[in-house]
Amino acid sequence: MATPTLDKADAAGTPEPGFADSPYITATFRIRRFNSEVSAEATWEDFQLEIDPKERVLDALHKIKWDQDGTLTFRRSCAHGICGSDAMRINGRNRLACKTLIKDINPEKPITVEPIKGLTVLKDLVVDMEPFFQAFRDVMPFLITKDTNEPTRERLQTAEDRERFDDTTKCILCAACTSSCPVFWNDGQYFGPAAIVNAHRFIFDSRDEAAEQRLEILNDRDGVWRCRTTFNCTDACPRGIEVTKAIAEVKKALITRRF
Amino acid sequence: MKIHKYDTVIVGAGGAGMRAAIESTKRSRTAVLTKLYPTRSHTGAAQGGMAAALANVEEDNWEWHTFDTVKGGDYLVDQDAAEILAKEAIDSVLDLEKMGLPFNRTPDGTIDQRRFGGHSRNHGEAPVRRSCYAADRTGHMILQTLYQNCVKEGVEFFNEFYVLDQLITEVDGVKRSAGVVAYELATGEIHVFQAKAVIYASGGCGKFFKVTSNAHTLTGDGQAAVYRRGLPLEDMEFFQFHPTGIWRMGILLTEGARGEGGILRNKDGERFMEKYAPVMKDLASRDVVSRSIYTEIREGRGCGPEGDHVYLDLTHLPPEQLDAKLPDITEFARTYLGIEPYTDPIPIQPTAHYAMGGIPTNVEGEVLADNTTVVPGLYAAGEVACVSVHGANRLGTNSLLDINVFGRRAGIAAAEYSQGADFVELPENPAELVVSQVEQLRSSTGTERVAVLRRELQETMDANVMVFRTEQTIKTAVEKLAELRERYKNVSIQDKGKRFNTDLLEAIELGNLLDLAEVMAVSALARKESRGGHYREDYPNRDDVNFMRHTMAYREVGDDGTESIRLDYKPVVQTRYQPMERKY
Ligand SMILES: Cc1cc2nc3c(=O)[nH]c(=O)nc-3n(C[C@H](O)[C@H](O)[C@H](O)COP(=O)(O)OP(=O)(O)OC[C@H]3O[C@@H](n4cnc5c(N)ncnc54)[C@H](O)[C@@H]3O)c2cc1C
Ligand code: SF4
Ligand code: FES
Repeated sequence: MATPTLDKADAAGTPEPGFADSPYITATFRIRRFNSEVSAEATWEDFQLEIDPKERVLDALHKIKWDQDGTLTFRRSCAHGICGSDAMRINGRNRLACKTLIKDINPEKPITVEPIKGLTVLKDLVVDMEPFFQAFRDVMPFLITKDTNEPTRERLQTAEDRERFDDTTKCILCAACTSSCPVFWNDGQYFGPAAIVNAHRFIFDSRDEAAEQRLEILNDRDGVWRCRTTFNCTDACPRGIEVTKAIAEVKKALITRRF
Repeated sequence: MKIHKYDTVIVGAGGAGMRAAIESTKRSRTAVLTKLYPTRSHTGAAQGGMAAALANVEEDNWEWHTFDTVKGGDYLVDQDAAEILAKEAIDSVLDLEKMGLPFNRTPDGTIDQRRFGGHSRNHGEAPVRRSCYAADRTGHMILQTLYQNCVKEGVEFFNEFYVLDQLITEVDGVKRSAGVVAYELATGEIHVFQAKAVIYASGGCGKFFKVTSNAHTLTGDGQAAVYRRGLPLEDMEFFQFHPTGIWRMGILLTEGARGEGGILRNKDGERFMEKYAPVMKDLASRDVVSRSIYTEIREGRGCGPEGDHVYLDLTHLPPEQLDAKLPDITEFARTYLGIEPYTDPIPIQPTAHYAMGGIPTNVEGEVLADNTTVVPGLYAAGEVACVSVHGANRLGTNSLLDINVFGRRAGIAAAEYSQGADFVELPENPAELVVSQVEQLRSSTGTERVAVLRRELQETMDANVMVFRTEQTIKTAVEKLAELRERYKNVSIQDKGKRFNTDLLEAIELGNLLDLAEVMAVSALARKESRGGHYREDYPNRDDVNFMRHTMAYREVGDDGTESIRLDYKPVVQTRYQPMERKY
């Protein structure tokens, strides 16, 4: 394993004009590879590259794919943390590759990149998201109202009522939380934090009238009671959602039936 | 190869595709084919808001909104379409609220509204609060709300299916849509979808620029698929460069930042927009602001050691206001630049943002085969389409509106059409083109690399057909693009496998970008005037006598197989407003 060297890019070999004074470093990315067309086993593979530490892990993955090994496979789209495509385990922690700067994860040592856990790996960093989205769909993640005649204008909602569920509207369904949860690793039937977050988003929306139904769904043996409050999910969430708090609020609502 | 049969097939699951799907699924058997999981679509990146003259916070009406849209588009807007957009805006915002969208609220509990560039009271008197918003995550909320409602309606999605070809059959001399061909990412399998109606809602093509707010996946696949089959593309020379992208990265900082009071400053700290747009200042229309920024930079008043950017200054706004109204973009500045927007100005530069041009449609979303004839069974909506409600320059907040108004219209029209129509026979060997394209790339031993060609494409486009253009720069681009297209034939990929072969798809996407970049450059070369987003330094004025018309670009293939682009023109629909000089 090569130790990364911190060398100033010299004037002649500056990879990007304008960054003349920015220190390019050599970093090693240790990536978990799996391709069933090649082998039934997953393996680690090291890639070395020159990179500006202010760039994202996603930029590094692109450099590897585009300049070294076109078979490296991962999902991505927006590249700035809003589409939820590229949750992965980076140095043992779930993060979005596009929201993680290399300088923030100690590039002195090899940086490990693996698929998120608890979902079947399909190829390299790509996992099967279907069970995750199924759990989301199972909590009835849409506004349900019982009024017989629709209001002609918008429904009214006070700013305070709107604030009540603001945090959980931020979810981008990246699965970083659910796939960092030890309960989910052991039992894929557990709804997982993301589904509960999205149930919370409606249970506490003053316009919604199906909180009882959603709470019953989450009262199931694979529902909220499985949560052991390890806070992994809150630490993992790239949107800064207080996931554990949302789960606790749902638990409380189940007991008090107030929301 | 698998063959599927649906009444209606929708290509794309962004805002436009899902809005269409909600309507179409209620009326016809519908499949939505999308290369991304629906919630990954770039509609989710939209920040600022969605325009509608709700008049919740001050006097406003749809006629003022129509006028602003027409003026903002430098009069290249089809005014009948703009009127529909502005009128239906109101219901389309209310529909989203009823579907559950958590808009920010006024103290009375109604939907709150804020200012946005180019939107004014009474035909340009002063800025008006017309943008309905949910913090700076309006697009995210729209995308989530529409997906939630698709789940509710039981919309059938084929996720990670890439549509690569449009099937057209001629029946009695009329071109009709027969379906599409898609490539399944997970398996490499090719699928033919026979459908009575097809709706393209596959988004923009900004990835032919280097500095862009667009996602990696916005590669114009839909535009390229229909263009390759001989259908025209309209007004492709008009591309919007948004004034405030994060310096060098292009990540967008919403215009809402200026709507909340943010100010652009040059290296002397001067609020330079006062010189260029005395009334609307920092909230002048986007093309005006982007040119002003580059004028400052060119005249030596840019910031930083290389003088290649300016500042977006939010430091005079209270931190609570930034936290409440602009939480995401202030976080972008912290994450990607290490800058604290409470105390430091943010370095910005214009970023390639939005394709005004696209697949020509009428107001029902029906695709045009020429200036007047529709292609039965073929529809388009959203950024992929050109209705044209944006003309030469789109106003901020009018695209989230466009995808909802015209997504809905296309969904209804397509489903109603498919209920009354029969299947059109598939062409012989329907998958032929895609099969050969895929096989060719998989087996090629060529020496060219996708990443290298893409980089050269993006650098050429940034250097030559961005905010300022001249005959010389555009010709340079046209020549370079011809070279790149030639070299593309010799491209090879490393991943030869079937499962999740993103190497292969990036190669195909590059081919689409190259085709569309050429259409853009050739259309721009012929337009010897300046209008909206298309600015020719050698022809700095608008020329209504010769160019008050839409460009229609067609792909022609000669007998010897040589390809060329033929340009034609289509009249602009003018109803209420006579062209005037555009001042802000
Ligand atoms: C950063 C940013 C901020 C913006 N902010 C605003 C704003 O505040 N207000 C406003 O009005 N507008 C805004 N816009 C513009 C607006 O968001 C977009 O124009 C609009 O969302 C486009 O929606 P769409 O449905 O047409 O396309 P998209 O949302 O891009 O969706 C495209 C869909 O097509 C699918 N697709 C693409 N190719 C294929 C293929 N080959 N096969 C199958 N499926 C395919 C994709 O999977 C995706 O689902 C912003 C744009 C950006 C980039
Ligand atoms: S709660 Fe956070 S971590 Fe979990 S899916 Fe949503 S955004 Fe991702
Ligand atoms: S690529 Fe969209 S969240 Fe990372």
